[in-house]
Amino acid sequence: MKLFNTTAFFAALTATLITVTLVLLGSRNLQNYDAALVAYLFGTLFAIFGVVYRYSVWIQRPPTKVYLKSSIRTLFSKEFIQCSWFSLKDFVKNILFQSFIIKRSKKKGIAHLMMAFGCLMAFAITVPLTFGWIHFTLVPETGLYPNVENIYTIHFFGFEMSTFPINSFVGFMTFGALNWCSVLVIIGATYFLQKRLKDPGLISTQTFEADILPLLLLNLVSITGLGLSLNYKFMNGKAFEFMAVSHAFFVIVFLIWIPFGKFFHIIQRPAQIGAHIYKEIGKNTGMQVCKHTKKEYTTRLHVTDLKEITTELGFNLQNNAGDSLLEYSPEGKRDLLAIAHLQARQTSGTYFG
Amino acid sequence: MNQYYKLQEEFFVDMQRCIGCKACEAACAECETNGHEPMIHVNYVNRAVTIQTTVQVCMHCDDPICANVCPADAITKDEFGIVHTANTSRCIGCSNCVMACPFGVPKKVEEYDLMMKCNMCYDRTSVGKKPMCATVCPSGALFFGTREQMEKLRPNSSPVNKFIFGMETVTTKVNIMLPKGTEVLKVF
Repeated sequence: MKLFNTTAFFAALTATLITVTLVLLGSRNLQNYDAALVAYLFGTLFAIFGVVYRYSVWIQRPPTKVYLKSSIRTLFSKEFIQCSWFSLKDFVKNILFQSFIIKRSKKKGIAHLMMAFGCLMAFAITVPLTFGWIHFTLVPETGLYPNVENIYTIHFFGFEMSTFPINSFVGFMTFGALNWCSVLVIIGATYFLQKRLKDPGLISTQTFEADILPLLLLNLVSITGLGLSLNYKFMNGKAFEFMAVSHAFFVIVFLIWIPFGKFFHIIQRPAQIGAHIYKEIGKNTGMQVCKHTKKEYTTRLHVTDLKEITTELGFNLQNNAGDSLLEYSPEGKRDLLAIAHLQARQTSGTYFG
Repeated sequence: MNQYYKLQEEFFVDMQRCIGCKACEAACAECETNGHEPMIHVNYVNRAVTIQTTVQVCMHCDDPICANVCPADAITKDEFGIVHTANTSRCIGCSNCVMACPFGVPKKVEEYDLMMKCNMCYDRTSVGKKPMCATVCPSGALFFGTREQMEKLRPNSSPVNKFIFGMETVTTKVNIMLPKGTEVLKVF
């Protein structure tokens, strides 16, 4: 494997520069930028660079390239209409509500859903804030008199969007949104953490950096985040600096860890939709029948593509007659081995030895 | 945990001895790493003409084709040569591994949209125990132990871990017992 991938480097650099430009545009040349968030901004920029780099390397791998090409081909073909409704349903079912995890285990599915919703909502709130795309201002007249209700204005990319009284339901939900996200994440991540400490199957295969660290980070980010609210609401801001620094530290470690560890699956997961579309589109090419069992086992498109992928990866599964092992179903292949084994025993003159 | 893995113990399969009792299947479902789904395959070879059955565990290839064709980097091989089942957070359920494995081992569990396969009972082998299937096989089709033990049990057989599929030679961690002196088995 190459240590440095030039294509990926330039893709990552371009994405990072585009983000920096959008930060300058969105915050009106940093005029609306909250300087307290600058450390988070650098963490996010690093995460963007890393994620795009890893994603670019990933999609260059022969098996991944096949799915990418197929998805792009479908996007610009008549088949797009055929599969657009299917894709939308699939997205809602498997990405939004993650039904495939719920089927594996209800508890696990619900815990994962809480964690996923908590994280995604938190991203949706914090990323535009960190980029300076959203900021709040107090309507000056409402701030002058103690008896007048304070009104806030939301600005997006420097444009006024709407106003709301700070002591209203909208205000409560807006400024408390990250707290709700934290609660969801803490419940979900704690469930998985206790599973990882108790389940013998998980204990035998897990590693600290791949499985435990992400859950610890999610909990630490959420707990210190909740701590900030706790601090200014109930502790009159005592030890706020400590809480702010520790929260920033864990968030930045979390952001830096995204491209390397388990969190990258958030970026990879939509490929599942691509795999489903590929299967659906493949049916148009007909089904492959196993040469041994005479039963259908996958689409012809899948077999054709796998032949290309295996060849590109340096595996030659073709025999002298030009037949490919890939034209046999999994059951057919197991039978081929058993037949070869039986023949070897028969040739030796004894069935057992 | 895995410092207890006994590298001197190996898996030996003799499918000619398989009687199709499926005790291994029931035992396999006890494995903690499978989420209680049996991963071992027991099937008739050609039921119309013979009662021959075959048993198949993951062969744990040295250069696993399943891992190579995985578009999601979900399959990994560890320092003991164990090719692990798909990482649940990465697997996108494409079935590339299912179709490309020369031994027909990985299973796609449609309901979970996940590939699952035998990982040689890693919860057991990583603490020095034997895989479930090998502990219950009544006919000796599946055996887990040292080469010396196998040699005593099957003096007229040789363990083979080199298989030919077309132009490809695949070497594996798991051995198949073949007539004495055999070094390679041409399958296809």
